[in-house]
Amino acid sequence: MSVKAPLPHDTAGLHVAGSARYIDDIPVPANCLHLAFGLSNEARGVITGADLSAVRAAPGVITVLKATDLPHENDVSAAAHDEPLLAQGEVFYHGQPIFLVVATSHLAARKAARLANITISKRPAIITIDEALSANSRFEGEALVWNNGDAETALNTAPRNVEGSIEIGGQEHFYLESQAALAQPQENGDMLINSSTQHPTEIQHKVAEALGKPMHSVRVESRRMGGGFGGKESQGNALAVACAVAASQTGQPCKMRYDRDDDMVITGKRHDFRINYRAGFTKDGKILGVEFVHYARCGWAADLSLPVADRAMLHADNAYYVPAMRIESHRLKTNTTSATAYRGFGGPQGMLGMERVMDHIAHELKLDPAELRQRNFYASQKDTGPKQRTHYNQKVTDFELHEMLERLTDTAQYAARKKAVSDWNANNDILKKGLAFSPLKFGISFTLSHLNQAGALVHIYQDGSVHLNHGGTEMGQGLNQKIAQVAASEFGLPMERIRITATDTAKVPNTSATAASSGSDLNGMAVKNACNKLKKRIIRILSNHWETTQSDVIFTDGMVQIGHHSMSFDAAARLAYESRVSLSATGFYRTPKLSWDRLKGRGRPFYYFAYGAAITEVVIDTLTGENRILRTDILHDAGTSLNPALDIGQVEGAYVQGAGWLTMEELVWDTSGRLQTHAPSTYKIPTCADRPDVFNVALWPGENRENTIYRSKAVGEPPFMLGISAFLALSDAIAACGEIYPALDAPATPERILKAVNRVRLG
Amino acid sequence: MIWGVSGNAAGELMNITFLLNGETVALCDVDPTRTVLDWLREERGLKGTKEGCNEGDCGACTIILTHESDSQKAASAVNACIMLLPQLQGKAVRTIEGVQSAQGDLHPIQNAVIEHHASQCGFCTPGIVNSLVAAHMRGATDHDDVLAGNLCRCTGYAPIIKAANAAQAENVPEWLADIPDNLNITPNSCAPENADELAEWYMNNPHATLVAGATDVGLWLTKKLVEPRQIGFLNRCTDLQQIIERENDIWIGSGVTIDQVQRAVKARYPGFSGMLRYFASTQIRATASLGGNIANGSPIADTPPILIALGARLSLRRGDKRRVILIEDFYIEYGRQNLQAGEFIEGIIIPHQPDGLKVYKISKRFDQDISSVLGALNIIEKDGKVQAARIAFGGMAGVPKRAKAVETALIGRDWNRQTVEDAQTVFSHDFIPLTDVRASAEYRIEVAQNMLLRVWLESHGQTVSVREVTP
Ligand SMILES: Cc1cc2nc3c(=O)[nH]c(=O)nc-3n(C[C@@H](O)[C@@H](O)[C@H](O)COP(=O)(O)OP(=O)(O)OC[C@H]3O[C@@H](n4cnc5c(N)ncnc54)[C@H](O)[C@@H]3O)c2cc1C
Ligand code: FES
Ligand code: FES
Repeated sequence: MSVKAPLPHDTAGLHVAGSARYIDDIPVPANCLHLAFGLSNEARGVITGADLSAVRAAPGVITVLKATDLPHENDVSAAAHDEPLLAQGEVFYHGQPIFLVVATSHLAARKAARLANITISKRPAIITIDEALSANSRFEGEALVWNNGDAETALNTAPRNVEGSIEIGGQEHFYLESQAALAQPQENGDMLINSSTQHPTEIQHKVAEALGKPMHSVRVESRRMGGGFGGKESQGNALAVACAVAASQTGQPCKMRYDRDDDMVITGKRHDFRINYRAGFTKDGKILGVEFVHYARCGWAADLSLPVADRAMLHADNAYYVPAMRIESHRLKTNTTSATAYRGFGGPQGMLGMERVMDHIAHELKLDPAELRQRNFYASQKDTGPKQRTHYNQKVTDFELHEMLERLTDTAQYAARKKAVSDWNANNDILKKGLAFSPLKFGISFTLSHLNQAGALVHIYQDGSVHLNHGGTEMGQGLNQKIAQVAASEFGLPMERIRITATDTAKVPNTSATAASSGSDLNGMAVKNACNKLKKRIIRILSNHWETTQSDVIFTDGMVQIGHHSMSFDAAARLAYESRVSLSATGFYRTPKLSWDRLKGRGRPFYYFAYGAAITEVVIDTLTGENRILRTDILHDAGTSLNPALDIGQVEGAYVQGAGWLTMEELVWDTSGRLQTHAPSTYKIPTCADRPDVFNVALWPGENRENTIYRSKAVGEPPFMLGISAFLALSDAIAACGEIYPALDAPATPERILKAVNRVRLG
Repeated sequence: MIWGVSGNAAGELMNITFLLNGETVALCDVDPTRTVLDWLREERGLKGTKEGCNEGDCGACTIILTHESDSQKAASAVNACIMLLPQLQGKAVRTIEGVQSAQGDLHPIQNAVIEHHASQCGFCTPGIVNSLVAAHMRGATDHDDVLAGNLCRCTGYAPIIKAANAAQAENVPEWLADIPDNLNITPNSCAPENADELAEWYMNNPHATLVAGATDVGLWLTKKLVEPRQIGFLNRCTDLQQIIERENDIWIGSGVTIDQVQRAVKARYPGFSGMLRYFASTQIRATASLGGNIANGSPIADTPPILIALGARLSLRRGDKRRVILIEDFYIEYGRQNLQAGEFIEGIIIPHQPDGLKVYKISKRFDQDISSVLGALNIIEKDGKVQAARIAFGGMAGVPKRAKAVETALIGRDWNRQTVEDAQTVFSHDFIPLTDVRASAEYRIEVAQNMLLRVWLESHGQTVSVREVTP
């Protein structure tokens, strides 16, 4: 069977040869035009003048569009209709697009875009969380509060308390392929869009609105992205709409790709958070109650900030049973780029809040941090006691972490290494080591329940080869390979008989974004559903043909067997065709069992949970704050993996990305709201040498208790949060410099580490 | 209407001849500001070379360059995005399309990347493959170093390293042998063939922008979008690419690349060459020149503080006139160097001396990052006393600057912790650093002070670098 096999990425052969096509590689007609935005150089103000004559006169410029030149909707928002393609009268962040240059080359468009003379009358800009709080600048009117039990009483009566606060920086996606789109006008005013997007249907929808057309006039294709990570869920809308509008005005194909600096200045990033906490616990470290206050900096427009902030609240428990919890979540509106989806979607921030609490308590009680965590875990699934419900009242029925922790601490020799680290620290003044364990429990499903649906379209051709499409998009995660493996298994065919082509809104309509780790769960099931329909039809034909019953049919090894008869799949397809049976079917899936009230914070938002655990060892230099990850051991739960090689790849990549978020990746805005780290020269993502020296990754051999595709589990986002163990290990190393709790903020750059070391040394 | 204009040509249009994937390409009327990446993708339709940043930081545009047959300069990986087309004159280029054989056989590294699941989204992959292929041709096996200039956001790198290791022992495929020796090159006056010609041309065109490796100038073009009026290319001046060991000193031509410097100073000043491992990336080091690093005048350039600490001198030339100055006198203030119109750096002279040099580069990330602070501490101890000290820092002032008060606090004193602690207190006499995106002023000063302590600890046998710690 091809599912569960560690097959390589389906287009790895094209990647290595440089022949995999991304948007900017698609051959275009010679008259293709190129676009660039002219950007605001103020974070907030009223546009009082826009002299674009120099832009229009620049070499190669064909036309320049302002908001008033747009024919229909001027909106590229994900939902709230609060994000104009081009600023209308006012600007709300530094880098906001004000006008659109259409020119004969990418470089000509970029050069011209800098020649405008735009005058902006400045208004006071709100940049930081504190500024937003004092201006009461927020989305949703007020903070969202969830209460489970009576946290205040629990805290007041608890034998011990800790309280504190942690700043958590944002994160740039830094997909290697920057945002890009291509629009090609078709007959009858229709538009074909190629977009580097996780959400073709939304692109279709926004382009249709902008052109004043029904959705059927717009077709969107997405073959692959050079990385997405959530950054291409909504942030590609502006480019696709710009291209479509320019293409419909000029009648020529139009292409737009952001220069890297433009990409980093214009597009949204991970939300930065401040989390205040207060926790009450027993002398042996059992948590009795926790209060969290989340402050999320959302930027100037709503984008996906509300569900992101919700998910942070949903993961405020991480893996622990908290009898009483209160969470207050502030969604702050600021004059910075609109923060957006990023792998984990708020989950990582919420989870880090809880891991901080655990870390702080362990330090306070001088208890082993892994042991303390285990004491507070949800009960193992065998247990039927009361420790089974989350703070939003979902039953945890599949908890794996007790067993996973035992396995991991054993294989990683946690106890022995903990001792070795403390010996090292006793003998070394300058270089200190740290070791930390962190678990994760991540809820799988879109919290907006209606998004949990997917479609597929499967064709069998008369030669027995299979072509399929589904609603998911390929961004490197190997989704197409996993889905092809599902189809190959269903039909008992070798992989080369299955072909998946670009995601296409004309093939599968009304798709959800490939997000929330849902890609293979949803689309795999939809494809299976379509395959089953086709198999039923073939079985009917074959049982008529041989006059046998339909019960014992097997599709395997390229053959179809009924009782003692057998026929090649290809011949069966041929027979079905000649018998005038449809060999094309759609498939559909919707996730069962969900019900969720986000305002009350009650219900079952998640179909199931994915689990993981990591142990990281680091070393820091107390003279400079320089640091390194020495070793990481990971045990991750992907259910019955559809493809262990691809899943391990997701885990490794996610860990390094998660560790990068909390260590070297630092976004810096100046006081006037200018992003100063807008290129890889100043914004540092991990390089090769930053991966752990020793990096052991294993998959937990368990199956999903829920009926997912082959009992697998989603794997895109969850392992990102294993990077938290690196942050905790740094904190552990700093703690070795003295008595007090380091209270490290993220990202833990060398500078922050040195500051924390000094704090701890002073006591 | 002209399609695909890329701005105005900077001065003279040029004739360029090179090998591309084994075939001779002869171009006329080349705009000297055209980048190799743009030309490959837009003109040649070779879309396998990717643009990830357009500034030399991500490696998605990595191509393989072979120079005129010279064993010192075997195949190197370079960044096409900030390399200008005239820099290819007389060289051989391989893009990812030319890494497999004409018959479509994959290079062993390509096969290994597939087998070891080392590509996910695939966008970084051509650049990664090219870096590994070039390293394989050179026999370089420190893959962290080889890949320091290639970012991958998807894989976490572990599978890439597995692939690199797996392919290491394979033979270099014979189809990769490029010998660009017999190319028929038409010279361009703005690309002189030696220092004399350059001196004359530059006297006549004193306002031209000189380009050596273009690792600074390239960014002015791709990011600042400047349109220089005229460019003079140094890459053809082979006499500026020489390193000469003399009786009392080493003479390094201004056009010598950083990776050649790294090799040349390894025996005498291991601290210098050790630091150069953390200068940018393999790609940049193969391109960037020492002269460019000095002339650019950046306060955060890595080599000037080291050269100051070594007491190096610059040989400057204007027409027939030469003068030699101490490199520390070259830096007048931020943005202003001691260089006249029409004058250029011909060579850098490092006097021989006993090695007391320690160099520490502090940055947010170890690899491919700009220094927050770079300290070059050349301290000679004799009989327990500090006999001599030349100390300079980058990132601590508007120019690379000597720490004279610190030197004075050390010289003649006992080499002990007390002396170090006393000297730490006078750093503020030498420096008032700035706060910027890389680091705060307080951090900079504290780290600079701690570097002195680090030297002392190191001289007492302590491990002081996290890079030396193993799991
Ligand atoms: C991604 C990246 C990473 C980098 N990392 C580092 C780093 O870690 N450390 C560091 O120090 N630098 C770093 N740099 C900058 C470094 O590469 C340059 O300063 C380089 O040394 C300049 O050499 P070049 O030959 O490329 O100069 P060019 O770009 O060709 O020229 C630079 C300047 O010097 C002038 N010039 C060149 N040669 C001469 C000469 N002989 N006489 C007079 N003027 C001359 C030019 O006119 C120009 O003004 C980095 C650059 C990039 C793109
Ligand atoms: S495109 Fe990033 S290094 Fe050239
Ligand atoms: S595989 Fe996506 S960036 Fe490397």
